[in-house]
Amino acid sequence: MANDTDLTDYIGHSVPRANTLALLNGRGQFVDDISLPGMLHVCFVRSPYSHARILEIDKQDALQSPGVVAVVTGKELLAYCEPWRAELTHLPPMQTALQYAMPPERVCYQGEPVVAVVAESRALAEDAAELVEIDWEELANVASIEEAMQSEGPRVHPEMDTNLAWSMELEQGELDKQFSAADVIVEQEFYVDRQTGVTLEPRGIIANYNSADGQLLLHHSTQVPHIQRAVYSKQLGIKESKLRIICPDLGGGFGLKLHIYSDEISTAALSVMLNRPLKFIADRLESFLSDIHARGHIVKAKMALTEAGNITALQLEDVAGGGAYLIHPRTSTIEPLLVGVCTPLAYDIEHYKANVSLVYQNKVPTAQYRGVGMPVASLVMEGMMDAAARKMQIDKAEIRKVNLRADDAYPCKSVTGETLEGLSQHESLDRLLEMCAYPQLREEQQKLREQGIYRGIGLVTVVEGTSPSPALYAAGGAPISSRDACTLRLESDGSIACITSLTEQGQGAYAIINQIVADTIGVKMDEVDILMGDTKATPFGGGTWASRGTSIAGEAALLSANAMKEKILDAVSQLADAPAEQLYIKNGKVIEIETEKVVLTLEELGRITHYRTMEFPQGFDPELVVTNHYSQRDHMMLYANCAMCLTLDVDINTGQVKLDQIWVVEDCGKVINPMLVDEQIRGGVVQGIGSALFEECIYDEDAQLRNGTLADYLVPMAGEMPDIKIAHVETPTLVTELGAKGCGEAGIISICAAIMNGINDALEPLGDVSLTSQPFTPEKILKAIGKI
Amino acid sequence: MSNKTDISVNVNGREYTRHVSPRVSLADFIRHDLGLTGTHVGCEHGVCGACVVKLDGKIVRSCLTLAVQTDGHAIETIEGLSESGEISDMQEIFHKRNALQCGYCTPGILLTAAELLEKTATPDREEIREFLSGNLCRCTGYEAIIDAVEETARERQDGK
Repeated sequence: MANDTDLTDYIGHSVPRANTLALLNGRGQFVDDISLPGMLHVCFVRSPYSHARILEIDKQDALQSPGVVAVVTGKELLAYCEPWRAELTHLPPMQTALQYAMPPERVCYQGEPVVAVVAESRALAEDAAELVEIDWEELANVASIEEAMQSEGPRVHPEMDTNLAWSMELEQGELDKQFSAADVIVEQEFYVDRQTGVTLEPRGIIANYNSADGQLLLHHSTQVPHIQRAVYSKQLGIKESKLRIICPDLGGGFGLKLHIYSDEISTAALSVMLNRPLKFIADRLESFLSDIHARGHIVKAKMALTEAGNITALQLEDVAGGGAYLIHPRTSTIEPLLVGVCTPLAYDIEHYKANVSLVYQNKVPTAQYRGVGMPVASLVMEGMMDAAARKMQIDKAEIRKVNLRADDAYPCKSVTGETLEGLSQHESLDRLLEMCAYPQLREEQQKLREQGIYRGIGLVTVVEGTSPSPALYAAGGAPISSRDACTLRLESDGSIACITSLTEQGQGAYAIINQIVADTIGVKMDEVDILMGDTKATPFGGGTWASRGTSIAGEAALLSANAMKEKILDAVSQLADAPAEQLYIKNGKVIEIETEKVVLTLEELGRITHYRTMEFPQGFDPELVVTNHYSQRDHMMLYANCAMCLTLDVDINTGQVKLDQIWVVEDCGKVINPMLVDEQIRGGVVQGIGSALFEECIYDEDAQLRNGTLADYLVPMAGEMPDIKIAHVETPTLVTELGAKGCGEAGIISICAAIMNGINDALEPLGDVSLTSQPFTPEKILKAIGKI
Repeated sequence: MSNKTDISVNVNGREYTRHVSPRVSLADFIRHDLGLTGTHVGCEHGVCGACVVKLDGKIVRSCLTLAVQTDGHAIETIEGLSESGEISDMQEIFHKRNALQCGYCTPGILLTAAELLEKTATPDREEIREFLSGNLCRCTGYEAIIDAVEETARERQDGK
């Protein structure tokens, strides 16, 4: 790009994101930075019990507290917000409970909001909240997954016979026959603890209802404004056309800001009730108590292999802990569903059976968080691969090579019926082994072992689902859109207004759309002005989740840009005496191909289309606006692949794991911006390091959360993180013109398994040690090696 | 709640006199009383570093500092540092290297890194990681941030 200043060749280049400049100068605008005239603040009284009946609420003292405008109970709010049942009808039946904005009678988890206090400031609302007196009758609770599975004992929802929310069986091939004919059988049990997402910006909403015109405006820290609008509209009884959601800057999403939260929808209902603008921002303790949690699995797996290391059959049973409700509107079932569907994807496995299920607990609901089931699927699959390699004394790279499909095997169907297309697992693995100098790593490991250093090498080859079709959610009746769209408009100054349904949480959505539109039309990136995150202004779309932004909204932007280019050339051909086919656009100028002469600049075209319309022939419509949509309808997901290797050292006296180096080779199809792809992978890897080594929501036997602050719940900080080397194989998907798949979850899907494998690899000299319980804390490591 | 007191604080070179309640944190004071929303609140426990500001030239966590404690003192926030241009080179390098994603932690990181470079002209990567280990970034994985601080130090040494 360097020399020719006319070049607008952006796709495939590491272009910086224009929308970081405001953030870098302290001029971003997050939801808590917004203040509306007359705005009041909401704070919630939350249940101190994990399961209890509300007997009586006395709010008199709270109402007398300074600055208090209203104190509202769940019963009183019922008239303003319909309760809901989360369900997807295309999956096996779900046993689903009614969930209220604030429950009128019974709470099902500690932290569930029961009374809202509205006051002139958050501090005054908190003062008054302390004065709300509630008589509780504590009920027997269900804390662990094991307790939830018991046929006798307490029920999270008394109207149900069991705590089983959902289950599904996937079966293909002849399992029994394969297991009885197997040369080798490997069995392992995996435990994955609960964690949470910890967006640095907590959840928040400002709801502003105006009874004069019946409009409800929400400034909302959400990844999915159109989806939220559909659900809020239904529950609040306000037409979608009267409900507008604006997304300010989002301080992280990671799937956490996709869901319907009691406190947020209560704030919207309260705004309607009180006819005032209201702000609710979760504080950090509330975040731990009410943000969705994630993971929470017990998985039993059994695998059959031939003597040569070929997998002949795989069987697994997954029970996931769902918490108190199926989260709305996605439900909490997709996490175990994807464990079932995705576990065998990476390898050529013909015989497979999975029983996956979800149970209720008196805990915060678990739901979609970065990776959704797939980090667990890879933990299980890659853990089984290493267990087999250990048992059979096969090298860990070798056993993978034996079982990966050939790179020319695609497209093909997985044993779970998924279409896999354009994977490059052998090429990626070969590149990885070369990049990390694998044989030398093994030699070095041997030397270190002789010196008493427990060096481990963790290797994984993973397939990741991205860019879902409507078959994943919308087929089940949920208002979850898988489409995206992009409107382009030639402005009066010749710039291009770009209005996309995609949203930004820092991944680089803004820049990617900017690159695609500018490059395709042939203008500089700063001639494209992007608007996103406003349901009243943007076309309809799914927003940002499931690694779908670049692949789906990017494709919509590409289709729109192609259409816009045609429209511009057609308009210019009307003005100049030249057919559109003889024209092209370069750096904002329309040029005649043959003569290389500038016919018209877009700036001039903007003036003519907006002011001097008489220059066009009668009957020509000079409104240069296009909108194109794209839905990925070819496959349930566009699968990408990732190979990862790491080295680490385990201190067998302290149980500490020190990460040494990490190498990643990723194939996410066409790369639009290498820098942003690398940063997505790095960010995902480091988040996954948190999952693997530190993060767990610690509950006691009464289902009380014990670590609700960032001083107690540990997340990765800069000090302990290694640098990460990344390379790419680019196999464009054939389903779109753009060719991009997703990349946002590859890191977190791969790293947990790589760390587990690395730790077990390190501990091999100590005999038959196998850690399979995440997070892999020093305590668990010391116990596994018999030190404590 | 009650017993509000008057405080006079110099913020970003400008004198402010305000009537504040003793329980108001410096973070809330800066954000809500002065409208300087570039300072963010992440954990309210002094752990995450999103609320870092400079108090008399040294970085502090404004969520652990009370507004009344700053009476008669000087505060600098990301807005002040941006306007004075004193960290514009670092901001430019953060932009170029994508050393931020959502940007919520960024003001705190910039102020912390700026202090490191005042103390140590050419820190190595380990020193940068160590100095920033009280600033939580949930998005980037830190590597780009370390790269950007390292490059800023190098460019300052080269006199660019």
